Amino acid sequence: MECVFGLVGKGFAIVAADTSAVNSILVHKSNEDKVMVLDSHKLLGASGEPGDRVQFTEYIQKNVHLYQFRNGIPLTTAATANFTRGELATALRKNPYSVNILLAGYDKGVGPSMYYIDYIATMHKIEKGAFGYGSYFCLSMMDRLYHPDMSIEEAIDLIDKCIIEIRTRLVVAPPNFVIKIVDQDGAREYAWRESIKSPDVSMA
Amino acid sequence: MYKLIIKINVVGKLGRVWIAYMPTQLVWDKRFFVVFGQNASRCSKQVASPKSHGGEKLIRCLVIGSACSHSHPLPYLEKKKVYFLARSISLLSSLSFPLALSSPTNHLYSLAAMSIFEYNGSALVAMVGKNCFAIASDRRLGVQLQTVATDFQRVFKIHDRLYIGLSGLATDAQTMYQKLVFRHKLYQLREERDMKPQTFASLVSALLYEKRFGPFFCQPVIAGLGDNDEPFICTMDCLGAKELAKDFVVSGTASESLYGACESMYKPDMEPEELFETISQALLSSVDRDCLSGWGGYVLLVYAALLTPTEVQEKILKGRMD
Repeated sequence: MECVFGLVGKGFAIVAADTSAVNSILVHKSNEDKVMVLDSHKLLGASGEPGDRVQFTEYIQKNVHLYQFRNGIPLTTAATANFTRGELATALRKNPYSVNILLAGYDKGVGPSMYYIDYIATMHKIEKGAFGYGSYFCLSMMDRLYHPDMSIEEAIDLIDKCIIEIRTRLVVAPPNFVIKIVDQDGAREYAWRESIKSPDVSMA
Repeated sequence: MYKLIIKINVVGKLGRVWIAYMPTQLVWDKRFFVVFGQNASRCSKQVASPKSHGGEKLIRCLVIGSACSHSHPLPYLEKKKVYFLARSISLLSSLSFPLALSSPTNHLYSLAAMSIFEYNGSALVAMVGKNCFAIASDRRLGVQLQTVATDFQRVFKIHDRLYIGLSGLATDAQTMYQKLVFRHKLYQLREERDMKPQTFASLVSALLYEKRFGPFFCQPVIAGLGDNDEPFICTMDCLGAKELAKDFVVSGTASESLYGACESMYKPDMEPEELFETISQALLSSVDRDCLSGWGGYVLLVYAALLTPTEVQEKILKGRMD
């Protein structure tokens, strides 16, 4: 099942997601990137209905870029979160998107922040969060081991512990995960945790 | 199958068959009768005759018998293809649609009969004292049985002497708050003053009733200081039915416990310190009995002091963190 989780550390935020594209019992691919880089300092980890996920996250990404082109300055993380929430809320009573979102970003002056946006547009600023079946394991791990202002090594260690927990305890555990990080140097891919190597070389 | 809440008014009984009248607002714009029970198909003819339903025009008569359910077009009206069941279920599910959405994260709990008001969990209470009021809420944000955050804000400030708490579905509470702040800011620009609590309550009621057939699933609790520093509290349901009270108002999943606690602990004309103590104890003891609310409390006390402008005290309570 789809798992997206993340946490905020000292001067950075991490979002990790599984990378399986699944249709009922069939695994289409195991290297699907579900954490989108919105712009230089923002990450959007999304889980939910595959069509809605790709469609909605691309829509948000393009609108974030549009704002930057029009106004010359990038959107803050809080503004992006509120915009995303507004789009989900407007669509809610017409044709709702079934996408759960973890938005992480770094702003100068404010530092790292993470927003939890439900598929029914419930928005909340959080330090640690998770979606999907993996949340039952990740949230408990993070409640136990998380503390504010973790260093990168500690945070990656906690993420790895969560991944190990999901692999051990979830019956249809996704084999591979991607970890992305955003800090003052920008948003980038940090690592892949693969237990099944995909045959094709290119990562779509 | 999802449990949907269908409001049916039972209008009569023919033997072992119940005839119920489904209000128009739930399905499309046509009235129809739902007949269910044994011998339902035989009774549908009787139902269809004008004298049994006061001569009203019927478009469709849905017959749900023990064996099958089918739709009877009535002869004296034009034939129209009506996909009654599918349409009504789609409309009904638009009322309680978050449960009907097949979100992959939530489908495990689609079998649980959970009201949309209990999706996030909340507890709100407001009390009146002597020239002061207090409004308190819990701090849990949950998704059914899972707790997502323990610092969620439910009480919002409209202006210095007016606060609104919104219980129920968190997304609708956030949307309602944004709409209300927008309306109040417009009011401030036009009238060059703050809104009175009574006016604001009417505004909230009107906004909620605008969405009568597709409501916001939130129940507001409004507390403010009116003219002459007279405290004002009121609550309303999700459709805007106002309930003014002189002592306390409650809302949320823990409302039944809150009614009991407030009723026993409340005294009229309490001083601010005593009011604070009372409302805190009432809130904490009530949310302890409700699994969907809790994780501490947030109390806001506003009192009109004699010489200084209104003073506001905000406190976070630490209760049972579970």
